[in-house]
Amino acid sequence: MSDSQRWLIRGVRPAGGEPADLLLDGGLIAETGPGLSAAGAQVLDGSGLIALPGLVDLHAHLREPGREDAETVQSGTEAAAIGGFTAVHAMANTDPVADTAGVVEQIWRLGRQAGLCDVQPVGAVTSGLNGSKLAELGAMADSAARVRIFSDDGRCVSDAALMRRALEYVKAFGGVIAQHAQEPRLTDGAQMNEGEFSGLLGLTGWPAVAEEAIIARDCLLAAHVGSAVHICHVSTAGSVELIRWAKSKGWRVTAEVTPHHLLLTDELAASYDPVFKVNPPLRTRADVAALRAGLADGTIDCVATDHAPHPAEDKETEWPVAAFGMTGLETALRVVHAAMVDSGQLDWAGVADRMSARPAAIGQLSGSGAPLHGRPLAAGEPASLVLYDAGARSVVDPALQVSRSRNTPFAGMELPGQVVATFLRGEPTVLDGKLAR
Amino acid sequence: MKRHLISAADLSRDDALLILDTADELAQMADRPIRKLPTLRGRTVVNLFYEDSTRTRISFEAAAKRLSADVINFSAKGSSVAKGESLKDTALTLEAMGADAVVIRHPASGAPHRLAGWVRGSVVNAGDGTHEHPTQALLDAFTMRRRLGRLEGLRVTIVGDVLHSRVARSNVLLLQTLGADVTLVAPPTLLPVAVSSWPCEVSYDLSAVLPKTDVVMMLRVQAERMNAAYFPTVREYSRRYGLDGARMALLPEHAIVMHPGPMNRGVEIAAEVADSPRSTIVEQVANGVSVRMAVLYLLLGGSDPAGDPGGDPAGIERPVSDLAAAVTAEVTR
Repeated sequence: MSDSQRWLIRGVRPAGGEPADLLLDGGLIAETGPGLSAAGAQVLDGSGLIALPGLVDLHAHLREPGREDAETVQSGTEAAAIGGFTAVHAMANTDPVADTAGVVEQIWRLGRQAGLCDVQPVGAVTSGLNGSKLAELGAMADSAARVRIFSDDGRCVSDAALMRRALEYVKAFGGVIAQHAQEPRLTDGAQMNEGEFSGLLGLTGWPAVAEEAIIARDCLLAAHVGSAVHICHVSTAGSVELIRWAKSKGWRVTAEVTPHHLLLTDELAASYDPVFKVNPPLRTRADVAALRAGLADGTIDCVATDHAPHPAEDKETEWPVAAFGMTGLETALRVVHAAMVDSGQLDWAGVADRMSARPAAIGQLSGSGAPLHGRPLAAGEPASLVLYDAGARSVVDPALQVSRSRNTPFAGMELPGQVVATFLRGEPTVLDGKLAR
Repeated sequence: MKRHLISAADLSRDDALLILDTADELAQMADRPIRKLPTLRGRTVVNLFYEDSTRTRISFEAAAKRLSADVINFSAKGSSVAKGESLKDTALTLEAMGADAVVIRHPASGAPHRLAGWVRGSVVNAGDGTHEHPTQALLDAFTMRRRLGRLEGLRVTIVGDVLHSRVARSNVLLLQTLGADVTLVAPPTLLPVAVSSWPCEVSYDLSAVLPKTDVVMMLRVQAERMNAAYFPTVREYSRRYGLDGARMALLPEHAIVMHPGPMNRGVEIAAEVADSPRSTIVEQVANGVSVRMAVLYLLLGGSDPAGDPGGDPAGIERPVSDLAAAVTAEVTR
């Protein structure tokens, strides 16, 4: 990106610290410091804004190929840019499934064409997500898409022997298995968190133990074979405890939590509005508190959106027949702001760590050979960053979102903050809160 | 009274008593030569049934007709799940036809709640999935009051598949409102995990509870639960949780036996019990018509016909946003 324009961002607070100017040139941060000047550079007044390194999402469903009525790589990366992301991992449960080098390269190329943020495909663990036969993991790792994270997300790799083999096999190329932890026999027909509300509402329960049992098993398996496991969308207090224990052993276990699990609870199912139907389900207030504490103390490494767009007809239905999932890319930073910063559990440097540095490290985007993400806002680093107005507040209006789908559970809620600008390697993808191209 | 009857929890004590008292008056009419009132003349009641339930549908149909309403029976069995017309589109159709009330039976818990957000008429829940069946609870309470003269302090034991029973949920909520003391008896597998938060007692031992019971209500148990390991065999279920003559003898002399139907004779209830003088099973059916007349009368009697722009189509949504706001306020503190 040598033809990038030069941008001088004045008076912005990097990671919430002291105001400074940032000069972006040639795709890199050329200089930082007070009172910079640069002839010919476009100037952006950043006073009052916080600068964070471009956000990295380990978990998004961009739906292409197969469900372009719900989202495309183009619309999904537009949503990502609006939310302040410069890299997103695209989950493998597309149609066809991203289980071959050909499909992951197609998704990767679609991301390059859109050019709004880097799209890093996740490869399926098993062929067709069928849970019985390993996909060609090595071919996907060696492809142009450079796949490092493998996941059957949406389904659990429930066969313990297959999970063991997957964990072992990816060691050859430094891969990670990202597990959707859900014991299928304990969640047959499950609709919402099993607890007080499922009983009252007559909806089949999804017990916490169905997540925790798989997490415990997979931590032990990862330790046994000396491999790395990443736990997707941790949702229960018990899971946080198990992961804390596994980390205390020095095992290579990482974990993510979604914004919605940091803010919403299973009480919302009382509306029977499937906009609140998600997998894993919204849990209790005690779980929300434990997830926040786990993210704050680093037990949970990062926030990942599990952005799951669905067309209206799949949500404007009776609860039990509705699709699972919520959109999240456009609101993630604001929800983390509300849940973690306003509650005093994370400062902005902490947010930068949990939403950029840590996920980039887990996705292996912060080292050589990959497009660099999750780096500090320092001279010589890639100019991928987000400018955020922490003083703004507004009500979430699904009609104003750029995702092709409208299933945001935050509709009608007032949230803090506003992404003002996003830069990808020195090029603005968002300016004044709107897509820059 | 609220505009819809979706959950027994929608009813205050005064609402519930008003329905029961109204049903008492309407029941007297059943003995007259002309059993029809002009109250709902010109009003349209739609019976929207997504599940076979001849008993409940006929009961609502008879109730509406005795109040002179026009009745449309709309049988849409399985269509929602089987990729037919969506519930929302059906709702818009009913809306266009000017339905003043929609009586809905649906296999999905919460379907009446969704419907209420899409139509302006009153929605009456005639059984939704494993959630609730409030008019069944009302007719049960009506039957208890007729037989035993009161509800306050009455000891009611509900036995069987509480986990999957919409009858049990509605009865627990309504009987609590009306001051009865409810005990649930079931194998632990057929109770919700958080049943301790319900306003009732729980026991696993039917024989121990029966001597302290004024009303025992037996729930239908479905054989397919056995296949999902809720209990080992139908025989074992019957031995531990069925009501036979010997167990019935443990009841106080005045106690009555209820069942919402349809019964599995020889499983949860023995034939000699079902056919005994303590059994109210046939009365429950007759009382169902009176209670459903009272519900339709009270929901529609004082309101304006459908299509009148006084409605509040978004009313049902309001508590949802309130709750979201409350949760947000709490967790963002």
